[in-house]
Amino acid sequence: MLAIETLQLEKTYTVGFWRKKERRALMPLNLGVEEGEIFGYLGPNGAGKTTTLKLLMHLIFPTGGGARILGLDYRDPRVKAQIGFLPEQPYFYDHLTAPELLDYYAQLSGVPAGERHRRIPAMLERVGLSDVGRLQLRKFSKGMLQRVGLAQAILHNPKVLFLDEPMSGLDPIGRREVRDLILQLKEEGKTIFFSTHILADAEALCDRVAILHKGELRGVGSIAQLAPAGPARVEVVWQGGAAAAAVRGMGAEVHAAGEEMRAVLPEEKLDLVIDALRRQHARLLSVTPVRGSLEDYFIEKLGQPQGVSP
Amino acid sequence: MTARIASIAYNTFREAVRDRVLYNLVFFALLLVGSALLFGQISIDIERIVLVNLGLAAVSIFGVVIAIFIGIGLVSKEIEKRTLYTVLSRPVARWEFIVGKFLGLSGTLIVNTFFMAVGFFLALLYLQHHFSAPDAYLLVAIYFIILEFFIITALALFFSSFSSPLLSAVFAFCAFIIGTFAEDLRGFAAMTSGVTRWLATGAAYLVPNLAPLNVIASVAHQQPVAGTLIFHNTVYALLYAGVAVCGAVLVFERRNFK
Amino acid sequence: MSSSRRITTVFSALLLLCLAGQALSVRRLDRLREGATLQEVLWIPSPKIVKRLSLGYTGLMADIYWTRAVQYFGGKHHVQSQEYKLLEPLLDITTTLDPHLVVAYQFGSIFISQRPPQGAGDPDAAAAFVERGIRENPDAWRLYYGLGFIHYLERHDYKAAQEAFQRGSQVPGAHPFMKVLAASMAQRAGERETAFYLWTMIYDTSTDRMMRDNALRRLESLRVDDDVDHLEALVRRFQAQTGHPPASWFEMIAAGELPGLPLDPRGKPYKLAPGGRVEVQSPGDFPFITRGLPPGVAPSPLLAPEAPPPGRGVPAGRKP
Repeated sequence: MLAIETLQLEKTYTVGFWRKKERRALMPLNLGVEEGEIFGYLGPNGAGKTTTLKLLMHLIFPTGGGARILGLDYRDPRVKAQIGFLPEQPYFYDHLTAPELLDYYAQLSGVPAGERHRRIPAMLERVGLSDVGRLQLRKFSKGMLQRVGLAQAILHNPKVLFLDEPMSGLDPIGRREVRDLILQLKEEGKTIFFSTHILADAEALCDRVAILHKGELRGVGSIAQLAPAGPARVEVVWQGGAAAAAVRGMGAEVHAAGEEMRAVLPEEKLDLVIDALRRQHARLLSVTPVRGSLEDYFIEKLGQPQGVSP
Repeated sequence: MTARIASIAYNTFREAVRDRVLYNLVFFALLLVGSALLFGQISIDIERIVLVNLGLAAVSIFGVVIAIFIGIGLVSKEIEKRTLYTVLSRPVARWEFIVGKFLGLSGTLIVNTFFMAVGFFLALLYLQHHFSAPDAYLLVAIYFIILEFFIITALALFFSSFSSPLLSAVFAFCAFIIGTFAEDLRGFAAMTSGVTRWLATGAAYLVPNLAPLNVIASVAHQQPVAGTLIFHNTVYALLYAGVAVCGAVLVFERRNFK
Repeated sequence: MSSSRRITTVFSALLLLCLAGQALSVRRLDRLREGATLQEVLWIPSPKIVKRLSLGYTGLMADIYWTRAVQYFGGKHHVQSQEYKLLEPLLDITTTLDPHLVVAYQFGSIFISQRPPQGAGDPDAAAAFVERGIRENPDAWRLYYGLGFIHYLERHDYKAAQEAFQRGSQVPGAHPFMKVLAASMAQRAGERETAFYLWTMIYDTSTDRMMRDNALRRLESLRVDDDVDHLEALVRRFQAQTGHPPASWFEMIAAGELPGLPLDPRGKPYKLAPGGRVEVQSPGDFPFITRGLPPGVAPSPLLAPEAPPPGRGVPAGRKP
């Protein structure tokens, strides 16, 4: 069974004073997400990612089409008990503490009182907020709010998670933690649908991705499918600035970071470069194959005119 | 269902109570009540009258300000700050949210009024040194003020379900002013004819009828309040608040949250 | 989705129910509280306090109190009330809030002075009230008219009335009638025609409905007085000519003394009573008449003790 399925889901806004102009926020979208997979929903800002999520959460109403979640119509009240939602840059009730907030949400989700007592501290620990105790939410940093947001999304043990930019506002450590959390959740059998414009996160986590641009779906598939290895390239890292000029002369870009030099070049030039380095008595540190990146695919798809199917 | 509504109500109450602005307003109101004791020293007989008039007027006006102030935040602020999203993504019906909000704010106002009333009665005790039978009607006056709050809150909720915080506050305030003169509006409507009459009569029955809820002047003169008036005012306040809350639910049900 | 539609239906029904209910409730409350807001006028120590409480919106508050005053009077008048306690305070507040609301003084000049149930029955207070209006609005010639009116009609002080009309006639823009009235006061104060002109002027120049209605009733009553005098004279002449009183109007019509059945201003025929008297069918229709009343019914206490004697007649067919 598909965990999430959209069927021609679309949203058009009428704008302007007389409501005459149309803005197509989302073109008819047909998407399917398998149970238990981590699905990345990618696109630049303003692509329609948040619109899609809000439609699925039934916060806004579609101008066409529909969706199914866990086999039920997405508007079915029973669906809500089984999903968790983390909105983009969330705020919460300023004057509550984190445990109070989670307790409130847990009540609304129908978690019984005894369970709540157990789960809330566990949740807070899980998102790395075990010692916020009595601090009111208005004193939380962005990163802390993001973690609370995650906690409220998972505390009622939903089967499907919808996360809108879950890494936003987090420092590298925080992002790592969230990544790990998402992987853990997958292991628990949950389906995770998250939107992001940071490709690196998607590459690290997702089984499959979809790319959205200006409301239109531009590509769907696994990373391996979408970004096949193009012409094989390698990354060479060495020490010794003297060789840089020679490598540049072969048409490769050289980046210096202190003593370390690195260049990415086509595989066939590898031998030439290594020879050059040896002549210059440079110290070779590593040679790594580089697969075609998602970024390339992304930019390519964005560049295409509208209406071109993936 | 009731559990969720109760949750939302309690949360609304808690949020309102922890908002320190509320305390400032209540404090200010108490200050005004206390100062009434000073104003009254013009002549001996008039002290009680001035205290009751000024004191209850302060309770009423500050309560309305609080009602509007928090009321507009009920929905508008939640949407602006997106706290609403995480609530509605749960198995909570939109109408449960509205009703819970209304109950929460009503509860807040009752508690506020209680504190202001305590301050008022303390001032009265200081003045009179004891309570007498007609003072019971002061409680009725305060009860009517609370009914007034229900109406204003419901209206604030209704307006904030579709407009911005600022506009909602303006509308609610206007409704309060017009509602004070609702009886005159009906009188005016009776004197006109034709289209004007239809429009004026329609408007006169749509605006809140706040005049009967203001018995401050008569209790200041220790006049009794009829039991039938208490009954009908209660019925009216509940019905009118019902209109506004239902309106809010209907608007909210079809609203796109951008 | 059916659940959303169900909610919409339920709450729409609830809304309509509550809407209807609250409208009914409002009506109930209005009846319960009849005049309660007005009663509070008695608690107000002075109109100046109302002025201060208006926070500068004195014009609007004046309009509101004016509306209340008119409503109050209309409501009381409708049930033929004998007392109008709140009329003066209401008008007092109205004119304190807006001293230039001339119509309020005009209204007061008639309805404070006339005897109950046609007014509050306090001509002295009315005169003082209008004098105040004149002080604030020396160019409002209509107020001099109102003042003269009170002196003439209720206080029978024809000299004071003349002075008032005289002063008024000197205001630039005054209706030329003012001079005529001043002159009439001097010579023909007691005549019915003077009263007729007085009320015609009010009827023609008033915009307030109640004042016009009142003037109309006055004019009707004057016409009835005239008709009765005229008809009684005809009856006497018939008696003199034929030696016996007419048995009915038809006899007189047949004899050519009358063109047709004589009707009062409401369209009901006058009664021919024994002794050559003419009476109106329903004295209640004409609260201000002094002639044509059935025996035992005194002229309404509204009217001053000295009612104007029969004067030059106004033919029955003339419309006011």
